[in-house]
Amino acid sequence: MSLLDLRGIEAAYGASQALFDVNLALEPGEVLAMMGRNGMGKTSTIKVICGMLPVMRGTLSFDGHDLAGMASHRIARLGIGLVPEGRRCFTNLTVRENLIAAARAGHWDLARVEALFPRLEERERQNAGTLSGGEQQMLAIGRALMTNPRLLILDEATEGLAPLVRQEIWAAIATLKRETGMALLVVDKSLRELSDIADKAVILQRGASVWAGEFGDLSSELTERYIGV
Amino acid sequence: MSRESLINAGLIGGLLAVPLAALFLDAPFTITLATKVAILALAGVGLNIALGLGGLVSLGHAVFFGIGGYAMGILASHAQSFSPLMEWPLLIEGTKSMPVIWLLAVVASAFVALAIGAISLRTSGVYFIMITLAFGQMFYYFAISWPAYGGEDGLSIYVRNGFPGLNTLAPIQFFAICFVILLAALWFNARLAKSPFGLALNAARQSAVRVETVGLSPFRLRLLAFVISGAITGLAGALFADLNRFVSPTMFSWQLSGEIMVFIILGGVGRLCGPLAGAALFITLEHFLGGLSEFWLIYLGALLLIVVLFARGGIIGLLAGRKVAHG
Repeated sequence: MSLLDLRGIEAAYGASQALFDVNLALEPGEVLAMMGRNGMGKTSTIKVICGMLPVMRGTLSFDGHDLAGMASHRIARLGIGLVPEGRRCFTNLTVRENLIAAARAGHWDLARVEALFPRLEERERQNAGTLSGGEQQMLAIGRALMTNPRLLILDEATEGLAPLVRQEIWAAIATLKRETGMALLVVDKSLRELSDIADKAVILQRGASVWAGEFGDLSSELTERYIGV
Repeated sequence: MSRESLINAGLIGGLLAVPLAALFLDAPFTITLATKVAILALAGVGLNIALGLGGLVSLGHAVFFGIGGYAMGILASHAQSFSPLMEWPLLIEGTKSMPVIWLLAVVASAFVALAIGAISLRTSGVYFIMITLAFGQMFYYFAISWPAYGGEDGLSIYVRNGFPGLNTLAPIQFFAICFVILLAALWFNARLAKSPFGLALNAARQSAVRVETVGLSPFRLRLLAFVISGAITGLAGALFADLNRFVSPTMFSWQLSGEIMVFIILGGVGRLCGPLAGAALFITLEHFLGGLSEFWLIYLGALLLIVVLFARGGIIGLLAGRKVAHG
């Protein structure tokens, strides 16, 4: 059985339907890239997984638990860590406080997160609001890791960041995959960087998954047609 | 030490120095005023956990203050009339022992806070304010219409309750009790704010959704904060009743809820010693301006306006220089 399994998911914001037929499956330790142009339903799919957008039709489960109708914090407790779009740290807390506020016992603790992102250790006592964009992103990833998830969801983790910082973050994500075998669901537009880590890919088009398979099988025709690169 | 810690140390030192000086100058009324500051500050520390840390604008905290007061009034009135509270199925007698009264005050306010919180925390913003206000009014009118314990006239307790080893009728000794409890509450508050629970509560004030995505329930965080907050305010109510040796429905009034909130806003929302600074200023103004004019609250109102408009961090924010508490 898959770790994460979405079948025929439909969801709407009020009267406007956003997802029409999303199917995806993720095995333990696997890295799945979710791709598609802007507005095709990538973030909505993540919201459905995290219980922030109710499911109208379809089934979704994580590790055998039915997620439909479950409260967000319960879903997170099952072991889903989210790094939301746009680097959302708690800006009224310091770096260290951000990390320990939601910590749960497990492999990832303060020392391990700070070893993964040494910059966070340097800025431990600084207010999260005063960090650079890249550092806030590292903090958001670190905060999610501190909850010791089995699946980490990264929504546009490196969007709008300087190339050097992007490299640093992608290197850390690669370390996560290599050393901990954590399952990852990654939303990004950068094919080149995804190709280093992704095992599988799923493409969304107008709220539906239109292609799923091995990342290596993505043809240039497919990427041109659905992603525009 | 940061500037704010220095200010806090100064405030606490001042609260200790004034009654000590009054003891040597033989001015017992000043000691009573300082005791009142300590007790009202304690009530403010309670509300500050909900308001400052959790962002919960509760306009019904007098409920807990009143419950603490009536816990003292009911137990002590039965003890002074030598009539048991209950004879069947088990015999419960009144008591004049402060620790027992405090325990009842804390437990009863915590339970009521749990019930009120479980209902009102399903709402937010102006609805939360209105529901907490409504609960406050319910308790107020209930106390008025409960003749067994004095109804509108309240309850007089002739002799202050006792504490093992101390003579609580000596103003300075009763002050010492209240001062130590206030210190303990401040220490607890400081620890709480830095604990993972306090940090998560603070984070939930900024963004409830983000807190949920890391696996915490904002509702539960806030409910626990509300219960702790109510329990501390309830303890303050029991001490306040003992200070006056009198309990009445006004301890439940919404004006009192407002006053506790005014202490916090004057002193600085979310500041550890904000309630102490606010309560000290309030009592000082009440004492000096109140002597000049019956309408001294007009001046308090003007001061409150100035603080809200020009010094959002309250007195402590103004002196310590950092605009927002905790970042």
